[in-house]
Amino acid sequence: MTIDLGCGLVLRNPVMTASGTFGYGEEYTDFVDLAQLGGIIVKGTTLHPREGNPYPRMAETPSGMLNCVGLQNKGVQYFIDTIYPRIKDYDTNVLLNLSGSTLEDYVKGAEMVDALEKIPAIELNVSCPNVKQGGMAFGVTTTGISQVVSEVRKVYHKHLMVKLSPNVTNIAEIAMAAEAAGADSVSLINTLMGMAIDAEKRKPKLSVITGGLSGACVKPVALRMVWQVVKAVKIPVVGLGGISNANDAVEFMLAGASAIEIGTANFIDPAISAKVAWGINEYCERHGFQKATDLIGALEC
Amino acid sequence: MKQIIDFKLVEKQDFGRSVLLRLRTERDLPEILPGQFVQVRVDGSPSTYLRRPISIHDVDFQNHEITLLVQQIGEGTRHLAAAEKDDIINIILPLGNGFSLPEKGEKCLLVGGGIGIAPLYYFAKVLNEKGIRPTLLLGGKTETDLLRLTDYQQLGETFVTTEDGSLGEKGFVTMHSIWQQQSFDKIYVCGPKPMMKSVAKLAAEKDVRCEVSLENLMACGLGACLCCVEDTVDGHVCVCKEGPVFNTRRLKW
Repeated sequence: MTIDLGCGLVLRNPVMTASGTFGYGEEYTDFVDLAQLGGIIVKGTTLHPREGNPYPRMAETPSGMLNCVGLQNKGVQYFIDTIYPRIKDYDTNVLLNLSGSTLEDYVKGAEMVDALEKIPAIELNVSCPNVKQGGMAFGVTTTGISQVVSEVRKVYHKHLMVKLSPNVTNIAEIAMAAEAAGADSVSLINTLMGMAIDAEKRKPKLSVITGGLSGACVKPVALRMVWQVVKAVKIPVVGLGGISNANDAVEFMLAGASAIEIGTANFIDPAISAKVAWGINEYCERHGFQKATDLIGALEC
Repeated sequence: MKQIIDFKLVEKQDFGRSVLLRLRTERDLPEILPGQFVQVRVDGSPSTYLRRPISIHDVDFQNHEITLLVQQIGEGTRHLAAAEKDDIINIILPLGNGFSLPEKGEKCLLVGGGIGIAPLYYFAKVLNEKGIRPTLLLGGKTETDLLRLTDYQQLGETFVTTEDGSLGEKGFVTMHSIWQQQSFDKIYVCGPKPMMKSVAKLAAEKDVRCEVSLENLMACGLGACLCCVEDTVDGHVCVCKEGPVFNTRRLKW
């Protein structure tokens, strides 16, 4: 089942958990043996602490949810001092999702994380839709993404995965710009910008009015974007967006994803990530695939 | 340890807007403290995507049973209330932190409003087991909101308010004459936020320790998504993980 994403990031199987949906892994150890996963991507972290947006931050939608958490976190230094020692010896890959509001913040944060021996990769978050300067400004133009990825690349020597925003006209162009600037892989999709209104109260349901849509409802959009990006770049593509079971995961791999992330589904079934890893195996056996990598791009059009 | 358990619905009592669900599993229940909550998966309702956080009304460890009192608020709880005997209901438990137990000899008041009375039943039961007889003050809009009143009365002296005056004293719980007549060492509250804030204010004036159980909108219930935060002196904290019970001194109310 081993998946080699390049530049030192080797996964035991294609299943990772998406940033912001799995805490620091600790919240899920009652339900999942982390050794059953290819990796976990911990909560979006910024150089400086952030309080995030006011409550309410969540609205349920048909087959999904909107959130506007706004990157609440205690900063890179707190992660290094307090959280890293607790999670560094997990028997799985621990990736850090790094976000920022200025180029300098991204670079400084990446430099600090580069020194952490047990973190084999950064997932660079240039696509958070919920804060005014949450990186999405970088992630929605080719020049913006080239700039942030090339600057981070200069100081970060391990695997650099870039998480792409779906809130763009042509995601393939953005992916190509990330690749040209030195990304080792791209992951997609981050949440789709959306909105919910309480008609009775004539008020928005979220404190900052708009938020990011995730859950089963975004899967067809995510699948299409993964398929487009796979055709446009040579680096590995990590697929996510609404994956709720092993069959969904297989669909992303058939579309060309080398690995996948489970996000919002962790909220409904905290044990789902390990079940998906097992289910991909079962699919491979049932269809005569020797290994999970044989699934990548095996779509017959 | 938190567990995901398939429970079977063994008894349902219909109280109109609310239902009581008694649920049984073959498995031994983990330790469950008064004030902790569960996350219930709602199956077969297309518009309900997330689990529903529900307080724990009662626990019977010997028979591996938990009881939930569910008020029909929206589509998810309406669907849950429509469950039938022998239906399987998938539940994650126990979640969050419970009420802190009073010292022996301390006089405590349990204040419940509306469906917020639900977790106070199990709490009062555990207090009785520990030799502490609490006083209860329960409020509702009208008489029929005060579910299982005679069962509560078994567990301690019980006072009642209704907004329409159909039972007990007319008005809100904060207007009850007991506040003038008696004093307490600890006050525990569960109910609508404005009611909890009013009781917290009363408690602060009397310099009495007060704990409230919050019910902010949640997604994961595990402290991962950071959606259910409450503003505290320590910044935004997850109600699901650091609560749902908080000492009011920690809250920025």
